[in-house]
Formats: sequence, C-alpha cells, structure tokens
Amino acid sequence: MTTLNPNVAAVLDQAPSPPPPSALARAAQRNRGDRWFFRVVTAAVWLVPLLVIVFLGVLLVSAWPAMRKFGFGFVLSKSWDANAEGGEAYGALPFIYGTLVSAFFALLLAAPVGIGVATFLSEVVRGKLRSVIAFLLEILATIPSVVYGMWGMFVLAPFIARHAQPQLKIVQTHLDQWFGKGNVPIFQFRGFPNGLGLGTAILVLAVMILPLIVSISLDAMRAVPTSYREAALGLGATRWEMIRIAVLPPARSGIFGACILALGRALGETMAVTMVIGNDSSIHWSFLRQANTISSIIANEYGEAADLKLASLMELALILFVMTLGVNLIARYLTGKLGIKPAVK
Amino acid sequence: MTKHPTNHANYRRWKNRVVQGVMIVMVAICIVPLVALMWTLLSQGLNSVSFAFLTHLPKPPGETGGGLGNAILGSLLILLFAAVFAVPLGLALGIYLTQRDGTRLASFSRMLLDVLSGIPAIIVGVFIYAIVVRKTGFSLHLGFSTLAGSLALAMIMLPIFARATEEALKAIPRTVDEAGLGLGLPRRTVIVRILVRAAMPSILTGLFLALARVGGEAAPLLFTTQRSDFWPSHGVTDLATLKPLLEPVASLPLVIFEYSKSPYEDWKAQAWGASLVLVVLVLAIRLSTKAFTAWRYGGQGTHV
Repeated sequence: MTTLNPNVAAVLDQAPSPPPPSALARAAQRNRGDRWFFRVVTAAVWLVPLLVIVFLGVLLVSAWPAMRKFGFGFVLSKSWDANAEGGEAYGALPFIYGTLVSAFFALLLAAPVGIGVATFLSEVVRGKLRSVIAFLLEILATIPSVVYGMWGMFVLAPFIARHAQPQLKIVQTHLDQWFGKGNVPIFQFRGFPNGLGLGTAILVLAVMILPLIVSISLDAMRAVPTSYREAALGLGATRWEMIRIAVLPPARSGIFGACILALGRALGETMAVTMVIGNDSSIHWSFLRQANTISSIIANEYGEAADLKLASLMELALILFVMTLGVNLIARYLTGKLGIKPAVK
Repeated sequence: MTKHPTNHANYRRWKNRVVQGVMIVMVAICIVPLVALMWTLLSQGLNSVSFAFLTHLPKPPGETGGGLGNAILGSLLILLFAAVFAVPLGLALGIYLTQRDGTRLASFSRMLLDVLSGIPAIIVGVFIYAIVVRKTGFSLHLGFSTLAGSLALAMIMLPIFARATEEALKAIPRTVDEAGLGLGLPRRTVIVRILVRAAMPSILTGLFLALARVGGEAAPLLFTTQRSDFWPSHGVTDLATLKPLLEPVASLPLVIFEYSKSPYEDWKAQAWGASLVLVVLVLAIRLSTKAFTAWRYGGQGTHV
C-alpha cells in the first residue's frame, strides 16, 4: 500500500481556494461605490428644491396675517400708517410705484449707453484699448452697493441740489405755465434742497446696472457668427451698416434679455437706493421728490417691525420676489436661446 | 430720384463715422461716474486709512479715533464660512448637472438656480432672519450671528458658484473622461480625481467671482449679523463648540451703511475709509483669480 507523501496529502486535504475575484465582481464593487457617490450628490441637489420650497413657505406663512387682513386691497392701498383710525393700515402702492419707476427709468437711461458700449467693444475697438475699457467696466461691476450709496448721498445728491435743481425748477415753472399748475409735476420740488429723491436713485441705479447690460449684450454679439459680418462687409457695407444688418438683428433677443435682467437687478437693489431715495412713503409724481421702494422700506423698517407691520413687510417682500421672478424668467428665456449663462455674471 | 452715387457713398461714410463717434461718447459716459467715484473714494478714504484704522476697535460715538479692525476681520470670517457652506453644495450641483445632464431633476434644478440667483439680496436676508435668527416661531433661534450672515451670503453665492462649476466641468474634453474610464477607474474617482482637478482653475475663478459679488453685500447682513463693536470673544480653539459662529459680528458693508447715516463727522470720514478698504478687498478677491491661475497654471483656461 502506497502512502501519499504527507506534503501532497496536506495539499489535497485543503479546501479549494476561492477563485480570484472576477472582473465582474470587481465591477459590481465599483458600481456600488459609484451608486453611493451619486446618491450623495443627488441628495445634495435635492436640497435646492427644498430650499426654494422652504423659502416660499416662510414668505407665505409670515405674510399671511397681512394677506388675511387686507386682502387684495393691500396692493392698491396708499396708506402706510401704524396709527390710522380704525387700526393699523398698510398698503403697497407707494412702494410698488417707487420700485417700478426707479427701475424702469434707470433701465431707460442705462440701456442705450450699455448697448452702445457693448457694440463698441464687440465690433469697433480691438487690442489694448478694448481690454482697458473692459477692465474699467469690471471695476464698475465690482464696486459694492453701499459704496455707490455713499457716493450718491455725499457727492451726487449735493451736486444735483446745487446745479440741477435750480434749473429743473425753472423747467417746472414753464411746465406749470403751459399746462396749468400741478398738471405735470415732473420736476416739482418742495422743502430743503438736499438732492435726495427719485431722480438721484434713478441715476445711481443706472450706473449700477450698466456693466451688467454691457457684459451680457457683449456675449450676445460675440455669439453672432463671423461669417454674417463677412457677408455684410462683402456686400460693401460700412461698419455701422454691418452692425445694423448682420450683428444687431441676430443678437436682438440676447440684448433684450440683458436689459430685462438688468431691470430685475434694479428692482431688487437695496442699499444704494435706500441711501439716496429719501424714504418718503407717499406717491409724488416728481423726480425731485423723495420716494421709497419695496426694498428700501424693508431695509428701513424691518428691524423694528412686529405683528401686522412685520407681516405687511413680508407681503411686500413676496410681491418684490414675484416681480423679480417674472422678470428673470423672461430674461432666462431670451438669453437661453443664445446659450448665454446669465447666472455667472 | 436716385441719389448721386458718390454723394450717397459719402453720406454712408459720414453716417458710419457719426455712429462710431456716438459710441465713443457712450463709453465716456460710462467712464465718468467710475472716475468720479474712484477719485472721491481715494481722496476721502486715504485720509482716514491708517495702521490704527485697520487694526483697532471702534471708539464710542463722539470720541475721535479708533478703527475698524473688527469689521475687516468680521467680513473675512463671514465670507470664509459662506464659502464653507456654498462650496460642497455647489460642487455637487456642478457634478450632477454635467454627469446627469438631461434628467428632469437637472433641468429643474437649473431653473431653480436661476430663480435663486434672481432673489433680491434683501429678501434673502429677511428669509434667513425668519428661519435662523428670530427667537420666536418656526426658527432655529440662533440670534444675530456670523453663522446667519454666512448662510445668507452662501445662498446668494450658490447659484453663481454652481453654474460656474458646471461650465468649468463641461469645458473638460470628453476624451479625458474616457481615458480615465478606460484605465478601469470607477466613475467617482474619474470625477473627483480627474475632472474636478482638471477644472480646478475655472472652479476657483467661479468661487472668487462669487465671493467678490457677495463680499460687498450689506442688504443680506442687515438682519442677520447686526453690528458689534468688539473683537470676536472666542478664539479658533472654540470652533468645535460653534460659539465663535453664534455671536453678532461687525462687517465692513454694514459699518459703512451705519456710519454714513450717523451725524458724527468722524464716523462719516471713517465710512469713506471703510469704503476704500472694502473696494480694495473686493477688487483684490476678483482680480486675484487671474493672477492665481496665471501663476499656478501658466495662463488661461482649463488645465488638463
């Protein structure tokens, strides 16, 4: 009887060793890791809808007492009075007026200049001058809102009070003569000339939104294919004709989107406006009179507000949010067509 | 009647010149306020900026002297923690939007990011006040604090940073992605170790742009940090207890706002000094990205 070599027997007695991990198993391992990675990432992404829902919820719940008390009349009421007869009375109209008028006229001033500068940078100037102007615009875009506000309060407002208001007062007397007193009170003015008011806020806002209009219009014009320009030039167009025929029409929706986006920025602008608009919660049809915007009344009164006033301020915030949301969605649609990403600006 | 051809050509040339002249005037209109502002800022601000101004605490109202050292430190702290909150979330969003592009959640969150970026800063401040600061009702009851301020700024930064990250990741060529996967690396490794690293210069640029954007914001801090006339009363060693984050903090934008409204001439002068410091700080943040990427990655664009 032959006996096995003990070494060989030991080897035979051993359980078969596990096969080396197959490529498939390794892939499964890897997939599990990847699945967890993407689960974590997706969970983080879901925080954004959650944030927006909480945001809307908080605004709605906080504004609810005012909504229940005043109903839709809140939007049309002109009073902002904690001691009114028959209890507190709050209304949004003066602030909606101030917000819309200041933002609209700021856009009216800034849009032509902004589009002109964008065209200049995109089509006319090249090289060093171009990068210098672009750099200056970048500085203009970076200056914080409070600094604009301070400059408006201490430099621009006194300047307007000293040099512009006397002249505009003369214009107003002519208007009064032609149309009858008080019929067109555009430059009507009352009180001590300190230069603070709707007009000053409009000027400061216009300067602040200028860089935004330039940079997005510029993107829109750069997105126009060079071949369009070559075609126009090949037909013998001058540079301006080339711009008019081949650059502005295809870039139109992007330029328009830039303006709408700037409008949205102007609607929500707070600090600079609060510092120069004068904070008067009633409606005056005059650029020289003081006014208030939604954001400036919140900045001024939110700190000490309670109960119904707090709820009214929250409803104002909600109204402002809805306004800027509408404006931004329009801008997103217009600029999205050209593949411009305004969120990065 | 047809115009004489030469006359008409002259007219067209003349019109071309006039329009370009108008454009130059518009550029000048753009530059004038900037120059006026910078001139005032430098001439007024340099008077009050000194070493003591940058390092000392403010004096009580009426007394001259003192500085805004705590506001400068406070601004930097708020920005730092805003970045701490916004960066992980923004990176996750950027990764998701590029890796899962086309899903409903991707386009939905893209739209919501645009919604977020459109919310006026003051409303963000009011919102954070309502859910973090306020001591009554449904809120975290934390009081005025660095934490609340940086949450507000993070909420404003997030859409800017997330979209910048998305663009940065999108700019990496597909071949890089494929090369990594071809080596048998798991997707997560390819994303974290290759894609994000390659896009790092652009991601950092986006981060610094976002920081520069929110660095000068006063509106969201109005109801979240309040103002403090003291140094933070807790050191770095207390960070684990979160106490340094939970006390009111001074910040440059709010100091400028409050001092400029004050009746004291000395405070107004200090507000100019603070404005100058803030503008320099924000510009430095914004411009440093260019310098940094040029130094670290030798010039422009994406480093692969």
